[in-house]
Amino acid sequence: MINKKEFVSIDIPDFEDDFQFGWKKENEKIELDLLLEAIYQKYHYDFKDYSRAHIKRRVLYRMRISNMENLSQMQHQILYDRSFFETLLMDLSINVTEMFRDPSFYLAIRKKIIPQLKKYSFIKLWHAGCASGEEVYSMAILLKEEGLYSRTQIYATDFNTIALQKARSAIYPIDMIKDYTSNYQKAGGINSFAEYYTAKYDSVILDSTLKERIVFADHNLVTDGVFGEMNLILCRNVLIYFTRKLQNRVIKLFMESLTPSGFLCLGTKETLQFSEYAQFFSSIVEKEKIFQRKPDDNA
Amino acid sequence: MGTITGALLSKPRVFRCIAIGVSAGGMHALSTIIPALPKDFPIPIVVIQHISPLSDNYTTRYLDSISRIHVKEVDEKERLRRGTVYTAPPNYHVLVEEDETFSLSVEERINFARPSVDVFFESAAEVYGDSLIGVILTGANSDGSKGLKKIKEEGGVIVVQDPQNAEVEGMPKAAIETVTPHFVLKLDELAPFFVKMAKHGRKKTELIPENI
Ligand SMILES: C[S@@+](CC[C@H](N)C(=O)[O-])C[C@H]1O[C@@H](n2cnc3c(N)ncnc32)[C@H](O)[C@@H]1O
Repeated sequence: MINKKEFVSIDIPDFEDDFQFGWKKENEKIELDLLLEAIYQKYHYDFKDYSRAHIKRRVLYRMRISNMENLSQMQHQILYDRSFFETLLMDLSINVTEMFRDPSFYLAIRKKIIPQLKKYSFIKLWHAGCASGEEVYSMAILLKEEGLYSRTQIYATDFNTIALQKARSAIYPIDMIKDYTSNYQKAGGINSFAEYYTAKYDSVILDSTLKERIVFADHNLVTDGVFGEMNLILCRNVLIYFTRKLQNRVIKLFMESLTPSGFLCLGTKETLQFSEYAQFFSSIVEKEKIFQRKPDDNA
Repeated sequence: MGTITGALLSKPRVFRCIAIGVSAGGMHALSTIIPALPKDFPIPIVVIQHISPLSDNYTTRYLDSISRIHVKEVDEKERLRRGTVYTAPPNYHVLVEEDETFSLSVEERINFARPSVDVFFESAAEVYGDSLIGVILTGANSDGSKGLKKIKEEGGVIVVQDPQNAEVEGMPKAAIETVTPHFVLKLDELAPFFVKMAKHGRKKTELIPENI
């Protein structure tokens, strides 16, 4: 038997006010819906089918550091102050990226995909959601080393124009170089990574010839259309922010943008498995999430 | 510690998630707790452990091989289920949605960590409110303290491993300095505690004894 005296009773609130808890939650949900609707109507960026937990986290973060009381107040600010919207847009689009992120992915590209691409006289490549460009330049380096770059056209797109600006500049903080060098080596790099950049103060600028075959463009995966006849599409760590419904829409967009037998590369934790369009793709390197569109007649 | 030894829960609660944050020393801690749980343990458990971004998540496979309960890495949009321990994938933050499915994010490291314990705890507190148990185990930094505070604020139950009993005391100590836990427990008390809490919802009133 349990003797009551052995225990210290401490205050675990009982939430007798479950009702009030639910009431507050409900209002928060309505306010967030309205905020996203306001952003859509005013600025035509559609976040309604993004992961709610992610959006909520970022929005509440901005609310706190802007000393706002609630999301209704934020909605007003969004509507009347464009620069505040732009700040929130930066919060919502996670521009975090790296050169040769997931080195084993680039190694797989080198070993399994490059030999296929070598068969073509001209190669079209699309980086969707390229953020500040590190992934695009990583690929440019790889294609150069494989002797394919001069016959490649790379389209690199994002809906965040500030990130695109940074991508065009090809200037990155120097303190990342150690990590990037190690990633590059693990990714099967055949030169010294230092050949690809010049250090200046606390930045590095990438070799300008890496830019030659890249076009950076503003493109929104939710609202914009097809990019034609791609041999390879990379869209890594973007779909994780989308609901299943939106993922389906975007995968359809990719399917329609790929040549028959074109390749689609997703992030390490993204998959086609649950997509309505899974049947139109075969998995080439399971672990690295590299897929290939089936030629039309097999679909 | 030892002042807070137990708590009286006057109202039955059905706990719907146990969130565990752990860093250095985690391998030993988790291999003590997880294998001691029954196969059909009714509360989904989510483990946010700091690991190298390049890790192949060996810990997860190892834990699965020595446990009755199923242990697996979180997949995006996967639904939380009973009888399962979910571990955070290397280099991703984990969040939970209102519909009890997981979301992943690669946003900046928080407290130098991705996955970060705070990120999951805060998100889970929003979704689960008072039906969440938050647990901080051994570790070297202070990740998880803020999240644990948030769990308590939302009505959840919070537990910290006794720092004196932890392989690395930093993380549990930081947690206790930030927020007073409902329970401070030793490693081998945790699995029985979870089992006890799983039964709690079925009884009207229950005492949680000091040494379960
Ligand atoms: C986490 S970054 C991924 C960067 C890079 N692909 C990588 O894996 O390292 C996600 C990027 O997707 C972009 N993004 C999010 N929603 C988008 C949309 N609807 N259309 C285009 N880009 C989008 C963000 O601006 C951000 O730059």
